[in-house]
Amino acid sequence: MKKLSKHSIKGFINYGLVIVLYIIFQILASAKVLTNSLQGLLVPICAYVVMALALNLVVGFSGELSLGHAGFMSVGAFTGVIIASSLKNLVPFGPARLILAIAGGAVLAAIAGVLIGVPVLRLRGDYLAIVTLAFGEIIKNIMNCMYIGVDSRGLHFSITDEASMGLEPGGTTIINGPMGALGITKISSFLAGIILIVITLFIIQNLVNSRAGRAIAGIRDNRIAAEACGIPVTKYKMMAFVTSSALAGAAGALYALNYSTVVPKKFDFNTSILILVFVVLGGIGNLTGSIIAAIILTVLPEVLRQFQDYRMLVYAIVLILVMIITNNEKASAFIKGLFSKKAKKEAA
Amino acid sequence: MTEIKAKKKQEVKLVSVPSPYIVPERNAGEPLVLEATHLGIDFGGLTAVDDFNLGMSKNEITGLIGPNGAGKTTVFNLLTKVYQQTRGTIFLGGKDTIGMSTTQMNRAGIARTFQNIRLFDSLSVEDNVKIGLHNSIDYGMWQGVFRTPAYRKQEKQAHEKAMELLSIFDMQDEANVPAGSLPYGAQRRLEIVRALATEPKVLLLDEPAAGMNPSETSELMDTISKIRDDFGIAILLIEHDMNLVMGICEGIVVLNFGRIIAKGTPSEIQNNPVVVEAYLGKNKENKEEKNPGKKGGKNR
Repeated sequence: MKKLSKHSIKGFINYGLVIVLYIIFQILASAKVLTNSLQGLLVPICAYVVMALALNLVVGFSGELSLGHAGFMSVGAFTGVIIASSLKNLVPFGPARLILAIAGGAVLAAIAGVLIGVPVLRLRGDYLAIVTLAFGEIIKNIMNCMYIGVDSRGLHFSITDEASMGLEPGGTTIINGPMGALGITKISSFLAGIILIVITLFIIQNLVNSRAGRAIAGIRDNRIAAEACGIPVTKYKMMAFVTSSALAGAAGALYALNYSTVVPKKFDFNTSILILVFVVLGGIGNLTGSIIAAIILTVLPEVLRQFQDYRMLVYAIVLILVMIITNNEKASAFIKGLFSKKAKKEAA
Repeated sequence: MTEIKAKKKQEVKLVSVPSPYIVPERNAGEPLVLEATHLGIDFGGLTAVDDFNLGMSKNEITGLIGPNGAGKTTVFNLLTKVYQQTRGTIFLGGKDTIGMSTTQMNRAGIARTFQNIRLFDSLSVEDNVKIGLHNSIDYGMWQGVFRTPAYRKQEKQAHEKAMELLSIFDMQDEANVPAGSLPYGAQRRLEIVRALATEPKVLLLDEPAAGMNPSETSELMDTISKIRDDFGIAILLIEHDMNLVMGICEGIVVLNFGRIIAKGTPSEIQNNPVVVEAYLGKNKENKEEKNPGKKGGKNR
């Protein structure tokens, strides 16, 4: 029998983890153990996991820093909402509309990724961080003054106010400036989220372990050596960045279609940093870590709600502890030692 | 206008350099794989390399030597376009390389190793070689994501090729070790393997024997000769170990202060007073001389 490579074992662990988590959450939900607010978090958790995985492709594998991934999420979210709302009559079947919305969100976010990547990824250094930071804010502000509506004649746009769109009497406003998208039909589901996570894992893991993935990792490790090996640096940086922004767009569409209203302010700098925190705490370049970190750090504030006053304090302490444990050799060796002692005791 | 000026300048310089080529006996008459003429680069006001001329045909091993700071590595960086030259031309396989990037130079057939080792430290030894094989694999991104038959077939071939190349230095057993954790000498050897994987016509080795003991060095000498014979490529190497340089190079170029001060066979170079002077310094009474390259010989 052919021996499985280290990569494929790691890959199967991640798929397994996601499926096990799905089953656990399903059991918890059907046993009514989950509170209402936690149940409402299931889809956002999935969206954040996809975001963390997508950002890890840029930060962990490509070695670039993006501080505006919420911007791509925003592009995907509002594209998804527009598609889902305008196709309401054309495609009445919810899941099909969700697939179209997610695909559309991914495509538009990918286009945004190309527009940013083409000029910026040619440069060396931290320019990507600066430009993506600005991009996130720009998208937020554009969406803040966008009015989009739909009627029988098609889509209408305006950047001044709702009235100037000139909608027919029967038309509906999809995006209402700073009020965001209103009256969204919730078509996202936990299952759809899990499927999106699996697809994301499939794309990232297989990409990383292919010719392109080696090139991307090579550029991260040593750009000059990669060039000397005949690798077109900009092309592969673009590949990682655009793939990542497309996945972020898909996550955004999934996220937005879980709520009845979504405001542009949701996808601001704080969200970008939150996702970066998932990636850093889970371990840069570590997909399993990203998944776990995204879940824990999304659930934690909800669980700590009963300690209202101390919530952010505890959250901060947990963040610091995790950071120390994951980034300190002695601490991680200590933790490993604990586990191996346990394992030994169990064996004995 | 500027073109004409540049041409005039070159004509004048041609006189001071009668032959731009090293002509080792064994390959006289072969077409040149690498031809650099009047190559030069300025960093601000500082001329790091000037009027560098070199021709190499396949199956040649040429040594590039000179005291520290002579500009040897700068020449490598010029030949691989890490730096764009200020003056002069580089022809690779008969084609002008003007405007090419480092990546394009590698594809055109020039590969190198680095003085301060540049491996992909976090990747395995095998993956390092596979990155070298990057351009001989041609499945696309989505074929990789969906693991198509083309992906499987080409990855299998790449694996076999990588193992074959690693066997040059008997490194197959270390294929799965992260490159960064290899011992120093093995890292140098892996750099050579990775460079060979890009199927070069010209291989540039920057101090391949640095940090190796005498027995490792003599082993490396055999391997370099073997690589030349097996792959039929031209090898240009920078090295401070004179046993290695004199032992395997057919032609030697000596560089000092960014200029070629001597060219010739190992025995010619060993007996060249200008070279001796560049390495050991000149006599006190010759101090006022401005151009040791021309007059140094007479005073000895």
